[in-house]
Amino acid sequence: MTGLPSALSQVIGLSGGALDTLMPMHIWVDDHGRVVQAGPTILKMARRDVRPGERLFDLIDIRRPARIANMQDLLRQAGGKLTLVLRSAPDLPLRGSATGLQGGAGAILNLSLGLSFARAVAEFGLTLNDFSPCDQTVELLYLHEANQSAARLSRRLTERLESARRAAEEQALTDTLTGLSNRRAMDLELARALGEPNEDFGILHLDLDFFKQVNDTHGHAAGDHVLGHVASVLKGELRRADMAARVGGDEFVLLIRDCNDTERLSSIAERLIQRIELPTSFDGKRCQISASVGISMTAAYDDHPSADRLLNDADVALYAAKNAGRGRLMVHGAIPPGTRPDRRQTDVA
Amino acid sequence: MHGLVNRALQGFVVTTYGRETWDEVRSQAGLPFTDFEAMLQYEDVYTLQAFDAASRVLHKHPNVLLEDIGTYLVTDAELEPLRRLLRFGGNTFLDFLHSLEELAERGRIAMPDLELPIMLLEEEDQSSFRLRARWSMPGIGPILLGGLRAMADDYGALAFLHLSGIEGQDECLHIQLLDTKHSAGRRFDLGGTPA
Repeated sequence: MTGLPSALSQVIGLSGGALDTLMPMHIWVDDHGRVVQAGPTILKMARRDVRPGERLFDLIDIRRPARIANMQDLLRQAGGKLTLVLRSAPDLPLRGSATGLQGGAGAILNLSLGLSFARAVAEFGLTLNDFSPCDQTVELLYLHEANQSAARLSRRLTERLESARRAAEEQALTDTLTGLSNRRAMDLELARALGEPNEDFGILHLDLDFFKQVNDTHGHAAGDHVLGHVASVLKGELRRADMAARVGGDEFVLLIRDCNDTERLSSIAERLIQRIELPTSFDGKRCQISASVGISMTAAYDDHPSADRLLNDADVALYAAKNAGRGRLMVHGAIPPGTRPDRRQTDVA
Repeated sequence: MHGLVNRALQGFVVTTYGRETWDEVRSQAGLPFTDFEAMLQYEDVYTLQAFDAASRVLHKHPNVLLEDIGTYLVTDAELEPLRRLLRFGGNTFLDFLHSLEELAERGRIAMPDLELPIMLLEEEDQSSFRLRARWSMPGIGPILLGGLRAMADDYGALAFLHLSGIEGQDECLHIQLLDTKHSAGRRFDLGGTPA
């Protein structure tokens, strides 16, 4: 591929072979824009024979700067950055820079792979030998692959952490908003209490009244504040062995240990309602709610009730309390209001 | 020690001997977790305990275990991305040997907190070399012995390697390169997609 080696060696004291070694991606053209020789990597990328004497602009297409169509245009850009493609690979932009040679020896255009280096190396099947040791393209490729591996490892770690977090959430026993127990914790505690042979306990199913109004009028932050108020009432009223759980948006279940007395359960419920009804203020706004309570108790059954039955019966009682007006309590199986006067079934509103 | 190093030990045990064996190693080492995470840092004591336990459970001399781990790092199919990164070191096994001096720097490019051994290649004559390696933990010599034997195969080179003692903080290896084109070796396409 050597057309005018004498001229070049006269000008810069380099043989064509030396040029191949130093700049495997060079194209040497004469003053008329005819190719004298092209470096081995260019030949590989051209995918065809490059004949000495063929026109430079048949081999490459300079995209930026625009309108470079002959040698005069090219030499005006000497030393500047060129963006160009080989006509054999029009979708792989390359970088280049040209410099004119003295004494009629033409010009040398040196190229490198641009940002599409990874694609170019794969598409042209380039090897380590196709790059000058001074060319950082191989290091870029190395970094590219190393980054992909590191990113893959990081992604796996993130996925594992994410699934661990989900698993932990599923196993969580605390309601994050109020700090009370959650439904899962209550189910476990109920099962444990029912498993103890001589244990009598009561269930209070408590549902807030007028909570929606607070939420709608003063916003969710006020609603959250009210839930916090209820939680502190419940915590303040219960003994260490008892448990209070938030089981829905404004629904709570209380387990009162060591109790076979509906009177005591009723008075606990009554106290809770009274304290929940105390108005609180949030951001200068007055928030007042109430609560209805349904009560069930293991001692009220001849056989050993299941957790579902206890909860369900407390729920039935709660429903009856709600129907009787707000701020009331109802014991499951008790005589309905009207047949027996009871101050607890008086409307507090 | 970086998670990748710990992960190499775990990966070797799991791939070669199975999950149950790793569970036994982990339990004997008293590790407070089931798996090393590649992207986390661990106290050195975990690495040392896990290694000692593996040596006991597998009935392998520590040097033999280290050498096997070195071989595993280069030859295991799942670690193909690592083999590729190593092959970036040069076009021939000889180029690769010379590139070992750059390995620590290359590792830092890939992962800034990964500390790889610092290596120095001394040329005794055209085909024999002495490699000195210094690392934050003992045992880099045997790991390199296994890894470099596997890399010689990978390049299709015939080389004779043996441990040649410890000098100060350096563990030394002697490498006799007999034939750089002994076999076809394994294929490496620069532009190939990492597995």
